[in-house]
Amino acid sequence: MSDCCTTATVDIKVEPRVPGKIRTVALIGPPNSGKSTLFNRLTGLRQKVANYPGVTVEQHFGKLSGIGRGELTLIDLPGIYSLDSYSEDSRVAVDVLHGEMPGTPAPDAVLLVLDSLHLRRQLMLAAPVLSLSLPTLVLLNMSDLMETRGGEVDTLALAQELGVPVAKISATRGTGLDAITHFLDRKSEVVQPRSPSKLELPVVGNARSYRQWATGISTRTKYKAPLSSEWTRKLDRILLHRIGGPLLFLAVVISVFQVVFSIGQPLSNTFGNLLNAAGARVGTFLGHGWFESLLIDGIWRGVASVLVFLPQILLLFLFIGVLEDSGYLARAALIADRVMRSIGLNGKAFIPLLSAYACAVPAIMATRTIENKRDRFATILVAPFMTCSARLPIYLLMIAAFIPNKPLIGDFFGLRAAVMLSLYLMGFLAALLTARLLKSSILKAASAPFILELPQYRLPTLRSLGLRVIDRGKVFLKQAGTIILCVTVVLWILSHIPFHATLPGSLIGRVGQWIEPVIRPLGFTWKIGIGLLSSIIAREVIVGTLGTLYGADPATQSLSLQAALRHELTLGGAMALVVFFAFAMQCTSTLAIVRRETNSWKWPALQFAYMSVLAYLAALATNQLITHLF
Amino acid sequence: MAIVEALDLPDEVGHHLMHMGIVPEARIVVIRRAPAGDPTVYYIDGFEIALRRETARFIRVRAIEEDH
Repeated sequence: MSDCCTTATVDIKVEPRVPGKIRTVALIGPPNSGKSTLFNRLTGLRQKVANYPGVTVEQHFGKLSGIGRGELTLIDLPGIYSLDSYSEDSRVAVDVLHGEMPGTPAPDAVLLVLDSLHLRRQLMLAAPVLSLSLPTLVLLNMSDLMETRGGEVDTLALAQELGVPVAKISATRGTGLDAITHFLDRKSEVVQPRSPSKLELPVVGNARSYRQWATGISTRTKYKAPLSSEWTRKLDRILLHRIGGPLLFLAVVISVFQVVFSIGQPLSNTFGNLLNAAGARVGTFLGHGWFESLLIDGIWRGVASVLVFLPQILLLFLFIGVLEDSGYLARAALIADRVMRSIGLNGKAFIPLLSAYACAVPAIMATRTIENKRDRFATILVAPFMTCSARLPIYLLMIAAFIPNKPLIGDFFGLRAAVMLSLYLMGFLAALLTARLLKSSILKAASAPFILELPQYRLPTLRSLGLRVIDRGKVFLKQAGTIILCVTVVLWILSHIPFHATLPGSLIGRVGQWIEPVIRPLGFTWKIGIGLLSSIIAREVIVGTLGTLYGADPATQSLSLQAALRHELTLGGAMALVVFFAFAMQCTSTLAIVRRETNSWKWPALQFAYMSVLAYLAALATNQLITHLF
Repeated sequence: MAIVEALDLPDEVGHHLMHMGIVPEARIVVIRRAPAGDPTVYYIDGFEIALRRETARFIRVRAIEEDH
């Protein structure tokens, strides 16, 4: 594909490090140290997200405008426990700190964030960071909480022990941040290279010696750990209760699903209608012609078909944000772990897979909470099997057209509902079996234990939720938007060449007729074939395409879409079509997001091939079975 | 309550756990089990960590008396 489809480029200038002048500052800290909150606080909305080249680690950087130093760049490094290169995250952090990451400027100073509630453990990261000999400021985050819970630490003694300045801050409240400004001001005048010889740093790479070093320092600086919050234990007694816990978990899950579905779907529809109306309005000013057709029927409609997912995505990320920031997501993973283990995944995959019932795109973006890369990729690869809302239009259309509304169990569960439910089940089973298959073959993990830290419960702040939602919205629009734009333009051109051709005569129409022998065993006609091709953009597109096709054909012009379909397809072909949609990867947005999240075309290509073959075989079996039975 | 003695785990996992605070001579307490009975939540060095039995059984500990 052309250049316009590649991921967004990062426009930070790489300039040589000038001694004594600070341009770039790196932010580093262990997981759960409140590093992201601080990053958001320091950069405000002026931040960018991209992937580091060659890896799946996300790169966040922004201008330090939150503290009035907009000329400085802040790079957020991944949350890590150590700089030992066991994980992709640590390797990225080490490369950035050494100035060896292509496209990322070498940092001139380091801000090390540590959670003062767990200082003894968090100090272990200080040893490898200080041994880099970069100007460093140690920030003891959540110091307000530490003090109210009876914790203490002598910051002056700590600064002497570490040989670098130390400041108490609260990223959530924004207190103590002037220490960062002072540090940067002082450092930009004269950078005095620290002499690491004065410091007694532990043996690099040895967790045990780091630990002894950290314990020694905590003792000498009179660190007194605060009492752990009573609230967390009390809440866990209810939320992780043997019977109550799973029930509450189910209630949370159902309400998230319900809200995304019942509020998000109408919001998406309204938004979609607005976009189409706006497109039509613009179209009237342009008059009729190929330009209007390309702009409105091609680009606008194609891009709008992606934009309609935005309300659902934002809503879902709002929920995931609340669950994650409050600390409940870790408990959910704990509860779901047993079930997820049976398919070879762990509890952290549950929420992403559940979100895929609304839309696979945010679900795949949500897999970032799974640290283990193989588990994360397996989850990404099976997520599109979950019945997303884009499959509903074609399901509803075909069921209404071909399945009689016969009651099965009383009036509330009929044949139509049963067919719908079996389609949902089919996707779910395909996901389970594929996950098992992946985890026992190409994504087999030798030693990937499930290690889950249960953070203390916290009240999520509106600021952090808002930034999170905006951040994910931007990623979705930028990545999926550029690729979808390319594909829509290509498809529009294919359906308008040769010039003035009708759809059957166009290139795409000819392709449809050309593939007819391949799809005939499934019970499909060439028009369905065109529908399948056009719906590679997005599943719901097929309904619109079929509408246009039957509308243009004199034989079916006077019929409703349902009647036209009954005129064209047998029951076997109709059911084969919905089964095809249950398994096939008909969604360019998902492919684009898989490409982004796995940082390679290999995985989306594999996923597309696997799902298409499975869809073809399942549709073939369905058509043959139904044709022979009835 | 118990005291961690050694971690008989592959280096990669062992180091990760040690950086999280599961080091020899650290005190470790079982707080609760997940509703399904596994994983188990442990309290160590001021924080809570959940491990599956398949991982936890490779962490050697010696039991000590509860000090009330």
